Amino acid sequence: MATNPTDPIHQFAISRLVPIEIGGLDFSFTNSTLFMVLTVGVAAAFLYYSTRGRGLVPSKLQSITELTYEFTANMLRDSAGTAGMKFFPFVFSIFTFVLVANLLGMIPFFFTVTSHIIVTFALAMTVISVVVGYGIAKHGLSWFKVFIPSGVPGAILPFVVLIEVISFLSRPVSLSVRLFANMLAGHITLKVFAGFVVTLSSLGAVGVIGAILPLLMTVAITALEFLVAFLQAYVFAVLTCMYLNDAVHPHH
Amino acid sequence: MLFVTAANAQDHGADANHAPIGAGEDAVLQGEVAHGSEGHEAGFPPMNPEFFPSQILWLAITFGIFYWLLKNTIVPRIGGILENRRDRIALDLEAAERAKSDADEAQAAYEQELAEARERAHKIGQDARDSARTEAEAERKKLDADLDRRLEEAQARIAETKANAMREVDGIATEVTEAILKDAIGIEVSRDEAAAAVSASRG
Repeated sequence: MATNPTDPIHQFAISRLVPIEIGGLDFSFTNSTLFMVLTVGVAAAFLYYSTRGRGLVPSKLQSITELTYEFTANMLRDSAGTAGMKFFPFVFSIFTFVLVANLLGMIPFFFTVTSHIIVTFALAMTVISVVVGYGIAKHGLSWFKVFIPSGVPGAILPFVVLIEVISFLSRPVSLSVRLFANMLAGHITLKVFAGFVVTLSSLGAVGVIGAILPLLMTVAITALEFLVAFLQAYVFAVLTCMYLNDAVHPHH
Repeated sequence: MLFVTAANAQDHGADANHAPIGAGEDAVLQGEVAHGSEGHEAGFPPMNPEFFPSQILWLAITFGIFYWLLKNTIVPRIGGILENRRDRIALDLEAAERAKSDADEAQAAYEQELAEARERAHKIGQDARDSARTEAEAERKKLDADLDRRLEEAQARIAETKANAMREVDGIATEVTEAILKDAIGIEVSRDEAAAAVSASRG
């Protein structure tokens, strides 16, 4: 596959950079790990560097950071109220991490951390664990009333509860698959169209003319993918906020 | 993938140097090598469970560090900046409010003073007008009295002159009567008779 430059799947392949084995499990430092580190590094460095002046009148970079901060804060406050603001660092971390990982993935030859199901699933499970853990720690067993909507007739209550439980259990799946599938599909599409350009233009003059259309598509899809990168980070964060609302206010 | 294979081989060598943990591990490694050489056809990379442990562990580490950094350093810092700005704006607004109320007070005081001054000016003008009017009135009265007095004097003088003249008219009439009677009809009448006749005819 290394010989085929237009293989759309190759960009997702993981390679071990520093093999690490602990207890029979493979914990190698891979290119995925490298880009996780890079994501965290870039995000933290940007947030840290841009706010170093602590300007009363923000600089351009500080404005970006402040906008992101207030954007996330409003998102959380709207969904989970002021009681949910204790989760702000968590939501802010998730949003920034996913956003920066998505955007870094847009750079050619860069690995997209969020295009792997296990990464998004682990993030989603973290969110759900926080919801369940905090919910039970804060409200005790009465937290499970989250599955019992008020004002439902007793006869159909068991079914409603069943549906609520199923919908709750499907949350981590939908949350993770949405992000993963969007990033995966976007990058594959991009690569396929870009591959057309390469393949067609190698066929001579007619091919070069024929390659114009996929080239335009590639440009358009690149723009779309930037939108998707932001949008999916936003969606992930918004859903996180809504799920956290269940942890804070179980009685809806 | 070439690199992967190389790395695996290296790993293999390193493993051979220190005591291998077990046959199972070796099998896993063998499997990985086989996997690597086979290429991605063996599994769709984004769902390949081969790297799940590594990805989970490293995500936990990196995201954990990121969360810790944000929670302890960056979020308080940005929060502090925003809080600072909000406080500053609130303070400035308060100061502006205070300045405005000060200005309003000054304006009110100024207007009060202005009103007082206007009142005073009005009063002074009124007083001046009043005193001027009374003075003029007194002057006029004095003048009137003076004129009245002079009028009375003049009238008295006229009456006296008239009386004098009348008295002389009687004398003249008597003399004329005497002369007429004597010259025209030759009747000698006494002065008294003539005077009586004159006064009788004059009523």
